[in-house]
Amino acid sequence: MEDWKRSRALFAAVATAPLTWLTLFFIVPMGVIWLYSFGTNAGLTEIEISGTLANYKKALEPLYLGIFAKSLVVAGITTAICLVVGFPVALAIVFASDKWKPWLLLGIMLPFWTNLLIRTYALMAVLRTEGYANQTIGWLHDRFGSLLTLVGLPAPGAYEPLHLLYNNFAVVLGLVYVHLPFMVLPLYAALDRLDRSLIEASLDLGAGHLRTLLLIVAPLAAPGIISGIIITFVPALGAYLTPDLLGGTDSQMIANVIERQFKRANNWPFGAALSFLLMYATFIAIAIQALKAKQAEKRG
Amino acid sequence: MSDKTPIISIRNVTKRFKGAPSAAVDDVSLDIMPGEFFVLLGPSGCGKTTLLRMIAGFEIPTSGQILIDGQDMAEVPPNKRPVNMVFQSYAVFPHMTVAQNVGYGLKIAGVSADEIRSRVAEALELVKLDGLDARMPDQLSGGQRQRVALARSLVMRPKVLLLDEPLSALDAKLRAQMQFELADLQDKVGITFITVTHDQDEALSMAGRIAVMNKGDVAQLAAPADLYEYPANRFVADFVGSVNIFEGKLTLDEPDKAAVDCPGLGKVWLNHGVTGAHGSNVWVALRPEKIYLHVPGEGKAVRAAAEDAPEGHNFARGQIKGMSYLGDITLYEIQLDCGAMIRVSRPNLSRHDQEDFTWDDRVSMHWRADSPVVLLS
Repeated sequence: MEDWKRSRALFAAVATAPLTWLTLFFIVPMGVIWLYSFGTNAGLTEIEISGTLANYKKALEPLYLGIFAKSLVVAGITTAICLVVGFPVALAIVFASDKWKPWLLLGIMLPFWTNLLIRTYALMAVLRTEGYANQTIGWLHDRFGSLLTLVGLPAPGAYEPLHLLYNNFAVVLGLVYVHLPFMVLPLYAALDRLDRSLIEASLDLGAGHLRTLLLIVAPLAAPGIISGIIITFVPALGAYLTPDLLGGTDSQMIANVIERQFKRANNWPFGAALSFLLMYATFIAIAIQALKAKQAEKRG
Repeated sequence: MSDKTPIISIRNVTKRFKGAPSAAVDDVSLDIMPGEFFVLLGPSGCGKTTLLRMIAGFEIPTSGQILIDGQDMAEVPPNKRPVNMVFQSYAVFPHMTVAQNVGYGLKIAGVSADEIRSRVAEALELVKLDGLDARMPDQLSGGQRQRVALARSLVMRPKVLLLDEPLSALDAKLRAQMQFELADLQDKVGITFITVTHDQDEALSMAGRIAVMNKGDVAQLAAPADLYEYPANRFVADFVGSVNIFEGKLTLDEPDKAAVDCPGLGKVWLNHGVTGAHGSNVWVALRPEKIYLHVPGEGKAVRAAAEDAPEGHNFARGQIKGMSYLGDITLYEIQLDCGAMIRVSRPNLSRHDQEDFTWDDRVSMHWRADSPVVLLS
């Protein structure tokens, strides 16, 4: 196994196919789009690569920066909620009995087997004005009202359905729903590796469960927490379908703007510039994290 | 010791794990006295660690009661018990310095920063780690990590210190050194130590009293020397030290003498009585170091045996089938004339022994009338 690098023919045979695939269908298209970001529309379908920075300049206008900022906030909130909800879930799976563990993990991964579009439409069915959520709350409201009349109190007015769909709330809820597994799985992996006797040692030394969680479990699971944050935050930042279907007029995210440039606005160079700006931002975030991890390693 | 109240009282404790065919700990009762160095000894799976973890509070007894200093521990969680544990893996927190590790329990208890500093320093000095407070655990050797775990528990001034296989991860030299240090440390701090081990040398060298466990049960509870010289049954005789065991019939049993007829060994004479029914099946245990080897043919073995036993007892003849030189002693595997194998050890008193035995040599053996132990089970 060690000298596989030396048998070049074999190495080439194995590596050629994936390398070709990556080059043809990933690097080349990316390169083309990257070049477009320095171009101008010459005709309806023609783009002239003129080396201009005008697209980037336009992308940095307050209107678009605002949408960028908003996307960052929405993705940030989504990630925070995923972490708060996902951590106890991951912890519960780690401490579940061996009989239950695979089923719980399957439950976390099950949504991956269903198309995102279908899941999003299902969520719409729940959140609509006449949806299941409103129906349930309305039913509870009516029962509560009749209970009040029963004991002689004035009944509250008719139920006003909550506006749960087509707003930022729906977008965040949808993003959390979609991205929760991305958070739970790395957390689970990190927590499962944790030496149980460390937790027992902390309890033995007088710490309760909460302090053990904060002082021992969380710091030791930090690498898992950070990778969970990254792989939740990055796709949430570039989310397109969820804000498009669940969001209102004011909840569009950067991916929706990009899509519009490529389609309705037919401004590919500007769309390309926006795309790459998003990518630069993501890369910088990951690079900073990697750098910090390296520093921490040196210190440790 | 009997006038003191036990620091730990284990009463009819049973632990049954879900799905396990038999109980891990089966109706065990033990009293452990303050200041004792108590060892739970047994092979893996005998229930010793489960018992220790029940004292610490990490396992809940299926039935029975555990009292620490007279208090029932049934409803007390691990973090509220006046005991501390040194884990087999040491469980030193990898993201904290040595000083932070040792001070962890005190910080949780809300002790002032000044007092933490001085008590941590004191504890580190006790385990000979002074000057290493700023080190991270991954910069320490295994032995040092263990000392951190020890200091981290001792700094809490527990009523009882629980040690789970404390020396198993150390190399032989360090282990021998730590055995002495642990005994010394226990003497110094005066805290009750309860240690779990599968290593009989470790148990014999450190313990004040040893409970030998087998299949969830206490097979014998005794001081180290008594355990070795007066094992209560075949399990203990075999587990603690090396032993030859022969089945036989009790032919004579009086207060000051007894005789057992062993088909595999010969006639065995004892200068004390045993409490068994005449003609019943018993086992004779004979330690390898308690058998004398002789060059055959001169009747030396017979004469030596006759000094404290009637003629025809306490000697045997055989042929050396194997030997291993261990430096301080040489171990011989001898096939007796009746076919059974017996192990005999002999100290190497001088560099060149005049009666140097080797493979296939014929030898005679004798043992004294106070050497064999008769086991009824």
